[in-house]
Amino acid sequence: MSELWELTAHEAQDGLRAKDFSSVELTESVLARVDAVEDRVNAYITRTDEVAREQAREADARFASGTATPLTGIPFAVKDLIVTKGVRTTAGSRMLGDFVPPYDSHVYEQLKRAGAVMVGKANMDEFAMGSSTEHSAYGATRNPWDTDRVPGGSSGGSAAAVAAGECIAALGSDTGGSIRQPAALCGVVGLDPTYGRVSRFGIIAFGSSLDQVGPIGRDVEDVATILDGIGSHDPRDSTSDPAPRPDMRHYLGRDVAGKKIGVPREYFIEGMEDGVRARIDEALRHLESLGCEVDTDLSLPMTEHALAVYYLIAPSEASSNLARYDGVKYGLSERGGSMWENMEQTREQGFGDEVKRRIMLGVYALSAGYYDQFYLKAQKVRTLITNEFRDAFTRYDALVTPTTPGVAFPVGDKLDDPYAMYLNDIYTLPSAVAGLPALSLPCGLSEGLPVGLQIIGDVGAEGTILQIGHAFERALDEANRLAPL
Amino acid sequence: MYDRAMSISRDEVVHVGRLARLGLTDAEIDRLTVQLSDILDHFEALAAVETDDVDPTAHPLPLQNVMRTDSVAPSLARDDALSNAPEVEDGLIRVRAVLE
Repeated sequence: MSELWELTAHEAQDGLRAKDFSSVELTESVLARVDAVEDRVNAYITRTDEVAREQAREADARFASGTATPLTGIPFAVKDLIVTKGVRTTAGSRMLGDFVPPYDSHVYEQLKRAGAVMVGKANMDEFAMGSSTEHSAYGATRNPWDTDRVPGGSSGGSAAAVAAGECIAALGSDTGGSIRQPAALCGVVGLDPTYGRVSRFGIIAFGSSLDQVGPIGRDVEDVATILDGIGSHDPRDSTSDPAPRPDMRHYLGRDVAGKKIGVPREYFIEGMEDGVRARIDEALRHLESLGCEVDTDLSLPMTEHALAVYYLIAPSEASSNLARYDGVKYGLSERGGSMWENMEQTREQGFGDEVKRRIMLGVYALSAGYYDQFYLKAQKVRTLITNEFRDAFTRYDALVTPTTPGVAFPVGDKLDDPYAMYLNDIYTLPSAVAGLPALSLPCGLSEGLPVGLQIIGDVGAEGTILQIGHAFERALDEANRLAPL
Repeated sequence: MYDRAMSISRDEVVHVGRLARLGLTDAEIDRLTVQLSDILDHFEALAAVETDDVDPTAHPLPLQNVMRTDSVAPSLARDDALSNAPEVEDGLIRVRAVLE
């Protein structure tokens, strides 16, 4: 290791505790890296250098006084839909271009309490709607592995920042794949926790029955450590699961021999790139060499309906959630005419194309005459998808699939074809619809670009998928591969 | 494309756009008619799934009626709550007249 920004969070912790370097030095190393590469990556909407420096000084004081936690002094990128008191939070939208939150989200409160350092607010598709971070009002983020390609989305800024060394770790959010898909395309590790595992208090809402905050990091240990740091029960979110949270790091390093792994054949479809298939086949052999019992004779026929279910339910919930942007209480406000004119002007000016498209889809699916045909039907098929997973988990400890059908695609490639963009989420949607935890981690390269392996767990089984992911990562020596930027 | 069973007509796009208060331009309406029809066509297979005795899932957690004690606690200060409002008067958000 030649530069401090290249470290994983746990390596950085070791160095900070051993007084090899200070948190201020670590943070300055990351800020200098941001200076060096940000004009090529555009991972941040808002840089918070002075917040970071202040928090780094506080972190050093905690190491001196013996009150440091495993996240103290670690420089983070925070997705820009996570509200941060006194720091502009835009959700990637013109609508919130001047919005300065008067309170903190639960997860940022937890990061601050742990003594972490915030480097900036990470770029994202507007209101988390997109799979490429091209739908940001603040310019597209580029993939650090190839800046002519997208980083995935919607947490593309968070994943690109981790891969480019513009932070050590990041928070993202996942509604239908928005942590896992960009983690896969940027060659880093991302975890979508079980729905209800992490508080949504202070998370700008997209699809309320689907949204979850989760960690993005350089290896599985970092992701496990961050989940421990942010995942406490929060009474301010009525969907926060009150069940006790086991320590995730307890699962790491444990033997995975005998773990039963199902590989659903519906994930190996036409349109999947050969290079992705080759890496996944190798990954399955690695899991077998670790003693896992890999069963490829599994069928989950409801898988094919997850895309329609998701793209009816998520836009429906979004159309309701985004009704709050009316130019009256906060956010953009066009104020030239009558109340109704102002509202329409505000929403016309404030929302981008993809957000308008999804609001339209959602309002249509919820409207009189179509509710039963679309929204209610989707909710029923959601039950069938959930039941199918539940049945599979009576026989398997985890399911393993590719995270995406292909590697990072060129910027602009799918912008004019919304459905082609939606297809990028095809492997990440089913577990999201069922509220299950799922991990994406690197499993090698195809044509010089990262391929992601997805490990899906049963409800509350983050520990199991992190355990398997950690063993896999060690066997393949895939941890902490930075982008060659 | 317009005569497919699940497609959306231009008039419906205009209607839905009005419900959503999006102030869509004519060009946006034209584009959305094609794009939404294309998306909805891809969802046609959903209609064939047998769901007669299936309950809908509104929410993936089995939590119901999460209650808390009704106790007094500090809340957001009024000035903080109003800090992002476009127009404030006497500690209140000023809005345009709803009825002219």
